[in-house]
Amino acid sequence: MNQKTPYPEKTIGKPLCDDAKMSMRNVNVFYGESQAIHDVNLDIGKHEVIALIGPSGCGKSTFLRCLNRMNDTIDICKVKGSFLLDQDNIYDPKLDVVELRARVGMVFQKPNPFPKSIYENVAYGPRLHGLANKRFELDEIVENSLRKAGLWDEVKDRLDQPGIGLSGGQQQRLCIARSIAVSPEVVLMDEPCSALDPIATAKIEELIDELSSQYTIVIVTHSMQQAARVSDRTAYFHLGRLIEVNDTHTVFTGPEHTLTEAYITGRFG
Amino acid sequence: MNKTTEQVRQSLKSRYRAEKRFRAFGIAAVTFGLLAVVVLFTDIISKGASAFVESYIQLDIHWDAAVLGIDDPNDAEQINNANYDALIKASLRDRFPEVTTRLERRSLYQLVSSGAGFLLRDQLQANPSLLGSTQAQWLLADDDVDMFIKAGADKRNNVRLAEVARSWVAGLEQDGDIDIKWNASLFSSGDSREPEQAGVWAAVVGSFFTMLVALVLAFPIGVAAAIYLEEFAPRNRYTDFIEVNINNLAAVPSIIFGLLGLAIFINLFGMPRSVPLVGGLVLTLMTLPTIIISARAAIKSVPPSIREAALGMGASRMQVVMHHVLPLAMPGMLTGAIIGMAQALGETAPLLMIGMVAFIVDIPGGPLDSATVLPVQIYLWADSPEASFVALTSAAIMVLMGFLITMNTLAVLLRKRLERRW
Repeated sequence: MNQKTPYPEKTIGKPLCDDAKMSMRNVNVFYGESQAIHDVNLDIGKHEVIALIGPSGCGKSTFLRCLNRMNDTIDICKVKGSFLLDQDNIYDPKLDVVELRARVGMVFQKPNPFPKSIYENVAYGPRLHGLANKRFELDEIVENSLRKAGLWDEVKDRLDQPGIGLSGGQQQRLCIARSIAVSPEVVLMDEPCSALDPIATAKIEELIDELSSQYTIVIVTHSMQQAARVSDRTAYFHLGRLIEVNDTHTVFTGPEHTLTEAYITGRFG
Repeated sequence: MNKTTEQVRQSLKSRYRAEKRFRAFGIAAVTFGLLAVVVLFTDIISKGASAFVESYIQLDIHWDAAVLGIDDPNDAEQINNANYDALIKASLRDRFPEVTTRLERRSLYQLVSSGAGFLLRDQLQANPSLLGSTQAQWLLADDDVDMFIKAGADKRNNVRLAEVARSWVAGLEQDGDIDIKWNASLFSSGDSREPEQAGVWAAVVGSFFTMLVALVLAFPIGVAAAIYLEEFAPRNRYTDFIEVNINNLAAVPSIIFGLLGLAIFINLFGMPRSVPLVGGLVLTLMTLPTIIISARAAIKSVPPSIREAALGMGASRMQVVMHHVLPLAMPGMLTGAIIGMAQALGETAPLLMIGMVAFIVDIPGGPLDSATVLPVQIYLWADSPEASFVALTSAAIMVLMGFLITMNTLAVLLRKRLERRW
């Protein structure tokens, strides 16, 4: 898209909301010298599913990774701005990042179960954070998480088999089960279905719908159809700027900004 | 067909020819390498095989208490200090009554090994009731006799055995009193001036203790250093400098480490010379770069997705390393350690510098007893004048190569078995 279309001064639509679960203000992210995210203000409501969409390289994954401080692992990445999780500043030096990641879980693009058994994959989080130590407590947590992830019936007979032996869709559901085993408040999903076939994708989308009653979900997706199917609100990023945020229905049927409309209608990808 | 296709077709011929040449060179190189290995092995095995067996002479031993000098058969000390050589000499005289002159008698006594008396002592200590009886006994032959017997019929003229002794040995052979048996001392005794009594066992145990010290020190330090450098160290000029130095150390000639050991461990710290502890310390310094480099490669090979998943679950950096990276990198680290140890096993020069070149007879009991190592033992035997030591040297080389091949095969099997497919 040519640069002649100006960016809006303020994000169009409803980027902010009352009683937000997570609140981001004036977010600027730099990779070394180049700026990846420009002045983003966004709220994420409780128990909502919000989809971040936009063309490749527009900064949606970068933004997502800021929410659980995964960008700390990248040396040249500098994050500026305020990030509040229920009024706690997550970039406060006194805040333990380990605790943050127990409250904000993440599911990655390519399924990455640990090379351990299915049981151990799900039990790793609770054990790590000391949520359960006795065997029967862990059993209960593992079963609950696998049920919520819709995987229990398929694997209940083979919990001690390696997690990497499952199919792609099952592995991704295992990763989801793993992240919800520690009862997070927010679950971040970075293009969770991009490596999966349509049937597995459908199962995961169904899962997201069920999970939204208990968790707040932020999902980055390349597929507009997926965003349309699963999310309550949609945020459109373009080259590091947050152009428009609105109810999903509004964004896809009546987008306000030209750039949003051009992306939705497929004029660029 | 257009011009480009025509040109491609022309060039195809020379390309295929170049490929054929390359393949021929490759096959020639591999063949040459294999040939060299075959020649080497054939040479060593043909020279060393004879050292695994030894000649024994059967004689009738009259367990005469008077000759031995024992009045009280229950006195352990008397049994220990009795004159067993006299027993053997008496037995030889009885066997060859025609030998009368002193000179000839001396040659006669030299048919049997000087250490054969110890075998008799052990027997009497185990069974004092032998006193007074007459038993047929197999006694270890002297190395000259041994070489004479092992030589083929046509080579016997070259052996160093005295003329007069040859007829005696021929007589013994005819009576069936000569036998070639397994060389018991090869794997049970230490070095000796007499080749028939010399064994590699002291060197093997010395090598074992040295390598044990080296492994116990080098592996944990190397793995810890690799983890730090790979996971926790900041990327700046200092860590780059350290990395360059570690890579360079891997290429330093090993004798330098020996000099370092001499200057620091022995002169500065005053540690004892010639003990496996100091040898192990020197070998630790030598193997550390190898272990660090291979451990780093193993850690690097753990995919970042596993780390991200663990971090995303809320594991601290230390926990990511301990719970996930280390277990997954362990096979690679072990392989590197085994290869490093196999290298250390064959090292001679640094250990010469710290004094492990002594003449070690007793089997070392621990890392603080004087010891020598297998490669040094080979070096010492290669220098010895007796003809039998040629075969012994090759036999010791075979033992060393046996260990090396086993260790390297173990490393390869381990790597294959524990290879993970992501």
